[in-house]
Amino acid sequence: MPDNTSDETLRRILRDAKTIAAVGISTNPVRPSYFVMRYLHYRGYQMIPVNPAYAGQTLFGEEILASLSDIPDGRQVDMVEVFRRSEMVPGVLKEALETLSGVRTLWMQFGIYNREAEEAGRAAGLEVVQDRCPKVEYQRLFGELRKAGINTGIVSSKLPGQMA
Amino acid sequence: MSDALDRYGFETLQVHAGARPDAATGARQTPIYQSTAYVFRDSEHAAALFDLKEIGFIYSRLTNPTVAVLQERIATLEGGVGAVCCSSGHAAQLLALFPLMSPGTNVVASNRLYGGTVTQFNNTIRRFNWSSKLVDFDDHDALRAAIDENTRAIFCESISNPGGYVTDIPAIAKIADVAGLPLIVDNTAATPYLCQPILMGATLVVHSTTKYLTGNGTVMGGAVVDSGAFDWSASGMYTALSEPEAAYHGLKFHETFGPFAFTLHATAIALRDLGTTMNPQAAHYTLMGIETLSLRMERHVQNAIAIAKWLERRSEVEEVTFAGLASSPYHARQKSVYPRGAGALFTIRLAGGYDACVAMVDKLELFSHVANLGDARSLVIHPASTTHRQLTDEQKTASGASPDVLRLSIGIETVDDLIADLAQALEAAHA
Repeated sequence: MPDNTSDETLRRILRDAKTIAAVGISTNPVRPSYFVMRYLHYRGYQMIPVNPAYAGQTLFGEEILASLSDIPDGRQVDMVEVFRRSEMVPGVLKEALETLSGVRTLWMQFGIYNREAEEAGRAAGLEVVQDRCPKVEYQRLFGELRKAGINTGIVSSKLPGQMA
Repeated sequence: MSDALDRYGFETLQVHAGARPDAATGARQTPIYQSTAYVFRDSEHAAALFDLKEIGFIYSRLTNPTVAVLQERIATLEGGVGAVCCSSGHAAQLLALFPLMSPGTNVVASNRLYGGTVTQFNNTIRRFNWSSKLVDFDDHDALRAAIDENTRAIFCESISNPGGYVTDIPAIAKIADVAGLPLIVDNTAATPYLCQPILMGATLVVHSTTKYLTGNGTVMGGAVVDSGAFDWSASGMYTALSEPEAAYHGLKFHETFGPFAFTLHATAIALRDLGTTMNPQAAHYTLMGIETLSLRMERHVQNAIAIAKWLERRSEVEEVTFAGLASSPYHARQKSVYPRGAGALFTIRLAGGYDACVAMVDKLELFSHVANLGDARSLVIHPASTTHRQLTDEQKTASGASPDVLRLSIGIETVDDLIADLAQALEAAHA
């Protein structure tokens, strides 16, 4: 399912987000969700791992919560990233909208997309990204993946870090 | 996935894509990073790079900063998500097939191919217990019939060598799509300026960057570009990309890297273990060449049209296979699929047959007699005795390389000078 979010919008989402809740996180080091959390944590994002199966365990210094509703009131969460099956996304979105007042982005991992959640999320004023990986998009849009021949879409005669 | 082709014109991207000023020095032209290895920040950084958790430079067999700029530039011009460069066009074909094939599988390919590719597909890859079936890609029923449960890819050239035949890429892509197979297109003779196969439905594009992309006949090189659009996990047939990779602790490339799976696999597995790496000097020459690709291709096409029209009127010439001629059976297809031109590669059949072909090659002064194409210089060769020599007579005829034809690769010289050279050689060869 092609996601048509522009590079400019993706760059803005990833620049503005500070705290990301990762729903359906795995503690298995070869699972994509573990990879993504490890990378985004390393890049300075505040990560909130969520998965009832591992609740109470610690991942990269963060306690794994059972659900989004366990996030303390008043903690700003900018983005919810979903690593669960596509049909589970509307439920995750509903919980996010009920419990996280400041959430701005619903992001679905590679292979995950849900039209109902997309429409409901947009109706609630959220940015909705589907079938993409925030780690890979970060690596692409901020230049890291160009080291491995990926088309980053970056065209600029400014020094890296000075882009207009 | 990148929208660069929507935001910028081709001529802007051929100069800028992939190449920002050098972060360390501000150098505006891409530096030649002549270094085999790169220092890690610390042990954790080294481990993260080796586990593919972070992407960075380790060792130039896998990635090199100069080569990476060329990779991104070619990927951008082709409308792909990524590209991997390698040591030659033949290496590119192997890198394209490598993650798709396994023992007992086959590739269904057009019978209009460069002779070296026919040999690679019919003979050499058999050593891996892969095989090929060559069919006429204008016979869509034959193509569909050739596909069986062991087929893993469809392969063709956009503009084919030697005859300049133009493949109906949208139609072939549709057949591949219905069969659930990736279409690989060798876009060497067209270049992305004349044809962007990925935008017509191809999955992978391969190049011999030795040819028009470099443009001066200086360095060998190849590239594989991935569209990022093929679902490697759906059929269960592409296990190298869809199943756990033992060398990376059981990571699944497609699941982890999505549309970038093929490109990262090509670097992390294929280049690592097959070692068919492009060197940074070669990447530098090819980057220089690509900066003027559109200008050169316009002139190549302009000269080819003038020369083909002139040749068509000569009594010594029985056939000119250039699809840019109004008389060509492929002219309508060329106009719709390759609107900017039919390239600059075609064959001529001489009334004097084999003897006239040999005599003409020896009489030409400006045309160089070499086994190459896509140079700024005009080139000539007799395919049946050289580039297509290993083929059977039947294969030679099918691929457009029968003994009475010469292949011309039209350069960017003054067209009147090229015509004068052809005139004196044609006359001498038929005296």
